[in-house]
Amino acid sequence: MLSHLGFYSLVFSIFFSVCIIFLSSRSVYNKVSKNVNIIYSLIFLQLFFVVFSFSCLVTAFLISDFSNITVYNNSHTTKPIFYKFSGVWGNHEGSLLLWLLVLTFFLFLFFVNSKKQDLKYKLLTVIFQEIIILGFLLFIIITSNPFYYLNPIPKEGLGLNPILQDPALAIHPPILYLGYVGSSLIFSSSLAATVNKSVNSNWAKDVKIWVFASWIFLTLGIMLGSVWAYYELGWGGFWFWDPVENVSLMPWFCLTALLHTILVLEKRNSLKNWTIILSIATFSLSMSGTFLVRSGILNSIHTFANDPSRGLFILVFLFFLIVLAIIIFFLFTEDEKNTSKGFFLISKESAVLINNWFMMYFLSVVLIGTVYPIFLEVFTDEKISVGAPFFQKLMIPFLIPFFIFMSFGPRLKWIKDSLKKLNYYQITIFIITLSASYLIVKYSGVKYLFSVLLISTSLFLVYNSLRDILIKSIQFPQKISHFAFSILILSILINGIYSKEFNSNMKVGDEIVFMDKKIKFKSINFEEEVNYKLLKGNFEVSEKGKSAMVFNPEIRIYNQPVISTSEADIKTNLFNDNFIVFTLIQESEIFNVRYQHKPFMVWIWISIVLLAFGGAFAIFKNEKKN
Amino acid sequence: MIGKKVKLRITFLLLSFVSLILIVYLIIKSLEENVVYFKSPTEIKNLKELTKKKVRVGGMVKKDSIKVNSDEINFVITDFKNDIKVVYSGIVPNLFEEEKGVVAEGFIQDRKFFIAKKILAKHDENYMPPEVEKAVRNK
Repeated sequence: MLSHLGFYSLVFSIFFSVCIIFLSSRSVYNKVSKNVNIIYSLIFLQLFFVVFSFSCLVTAFLISDFSNITVYNNSHTTKPIFYKFSGVWGNHEGSLLLWLLVLTFFLFLFFVNSKKQDLKYKLLTVIFQEIIILGFLLFIIITSNPFYYLNPIPKEGLGLNPILQDPALAIHPPILYLGYVGSSLIFSSSLAATVNKSVNSNWAKDVKIWVFASWIFLTLGIMLGSVWAYYELGWGGFWFWDPVENVSLMPWFCLTALLHTILVLEKRNSLKNWTIILSIATFSLSMSGTFLVRSGILNSIHTFANDPSRGLFILVFLFFLIVLAIIIFFLFTEDEKNTSKGFFLISKESAVLINNWFMMYFLSVVLIGTVYPIFLEVFTDEKISVGAPFFQKLMIPFLIPFFIFMSFGPRLKWIKDSLKKLNYYQITIFIITLSASYLIVKYSGVKYLFSVLLISTSLFLVYNSLRDILIKSIQFPQKISHFAFSILILSILINGIYSKEFNSNMKVGDEIVFMDKKIKFKSINFEEEVNYKLLKGNFEVSEKGKSAMVFNPEIRIYNQPVISTSEADIKTNLFNDNFIVFTLIQESEIFNVRYQHKPFMVWIWISIVLLAFGGAFAIFKNEKKN
Repeated sequence: MIGKKVKLRITFLLLSFVSLILIVYLIIKSLEENVVYFKSPTEIKNLKELTKKKVRVGGMVKKDSIKVNSDEINFVITDFKNDIKVVYSGIVPNLFEEEKGVVAEGFIQDRKFFIAKKILAKHDENYMPPEVEKAVRNK
């Protein structure tokens, strides 16, 4: 019953999509506004039906209705209620329904909030957004219907993959999707503005909120995934340059570039075409992210079970949208010379462009590293993977000029400025940071000459963005985000250079010395929870002259499906993380133990939250002004 | 006579062109150096010459082959046609089990012996890494 209701409300939504597209097109064509109220109610009804369909799925999960095949595959009666709920998007079908829900919700929000906008622009945005919604509706109904029946009804479900039963990963998909899907609205409205020939400061002001909101969610979404990988996978890092991680980073680079460019468009009415290109690219990258993760062509260790026919559908749909966008862009775009204002080489506009070039460079490195294996396999049947050194080698050297530009960029004035800001004072500061980082690197026994330069430029950036806080002409949100970014980079560098790790196979009672620390495996306890049994290890790490730290990492053996996971025990303080994780090796009495020392780990998370907070503050400020 | 503006534009175009070539060159060069090839045990057996570069070996963990001692784990990867012995010291993922798919990254010592630096397993019981599936299916 529930599944029927859910399914048919999706089918209804197709009908609404077609109606909305038809009515809006007619209104745009005939330049009449009498249909607007009907369109408004249709959008509302569509949202209602999608919400209803989504609630049907949620209810099916909550009451463990195993007549629904999605619920059967991904849930279990003994699962805690929170994970029953998050199980809704812990699978392909449900997560697409969530995509659709956010798509329709954002369109509704847009329609409600843009009362003051030009009608033609508004309706065009609705048309483009509805095309995307229609595509997703068809995709769900044809290839990934979450409402299939199962007969006879099983007594018990197969359970959710235990590795996904985690608070950070439970909210990771919705947050990430808000970011991805937010970019769909940027895409629709930039196409609409292009057709309407209204790519100008006013449009930028309107779409800016969507850019900021998507960026905030994307940033937080990526962070949640990264936090999860750090403590749940126990691989001892927060970023592995895995294709699935890379596909979320690519739209982020693009969106970050757009975030800066849209401000130029708003304040100076220039860089119009570039803004549109970035908007299109951001959404295309978000879509291809979904495609690559879902199609199974990615050679990733993160990929979950999947079905190639789905990949083909998304590929065709993506191709259609990109071709549509390119055609519209070339047909309707205006010659920028007549309407744009110019700027000089040394100006804030140039600084933003420099930021964009760097973003595009980082983007292309990640893009090539991610898709090259796919192409190689298609053409030569050779299976390869591109490792972390590729990305690091190509990105890290470019960080040095990037930091230097970022130190000065924010202070430049619009239109024209002079290089006088590069004075003796700054050079002195640079020399101080250089010698400071030389000392840091030298006395900590690390030999990388290169890291002196890296740390000094990032210290320089930290100093400058800290000093920017005192400058009145720079916006407050920007100050926060730039400062947070500089702290983020510094923490990542220090973390990357000074992390230490130690692996060993240990029995209960073993004691091992690692550097100046003594690690002792004291005992192991057996406990039982509702849906898993657990082995709790008791480790003691002692260091001369310091009180010993006790660690209790766990190995959980879930009952359905029978999979064991390791829960790391992490002791966090302001300066470093100490991390112990252990795993079972095929029923032997020897355990795999990994100890890690990770400096400034917590600052990576704090600074990302602060970075996103800067964006949130910008939205808040913008709302207040209007 | 070329105007100042045109001159500036030409320099700009030239500069971007040169940096573009430089970037493409850099990317391709470091791709060559950092690519990790995937091989099945059979492919390793049939190699004309052994590479010194890092490779990935994938297949199934052979039944009753896992042996653990205090500093290393020994096991055998099989594609049901050929086997390769693997030695690894480090932490294994939770889904590392006998008769399950596995991908080991490391260095080939000889056609029957492999030193792993990293063991990759999957996150989902039902999921088989595509390369492992291929390696096992071609038996």
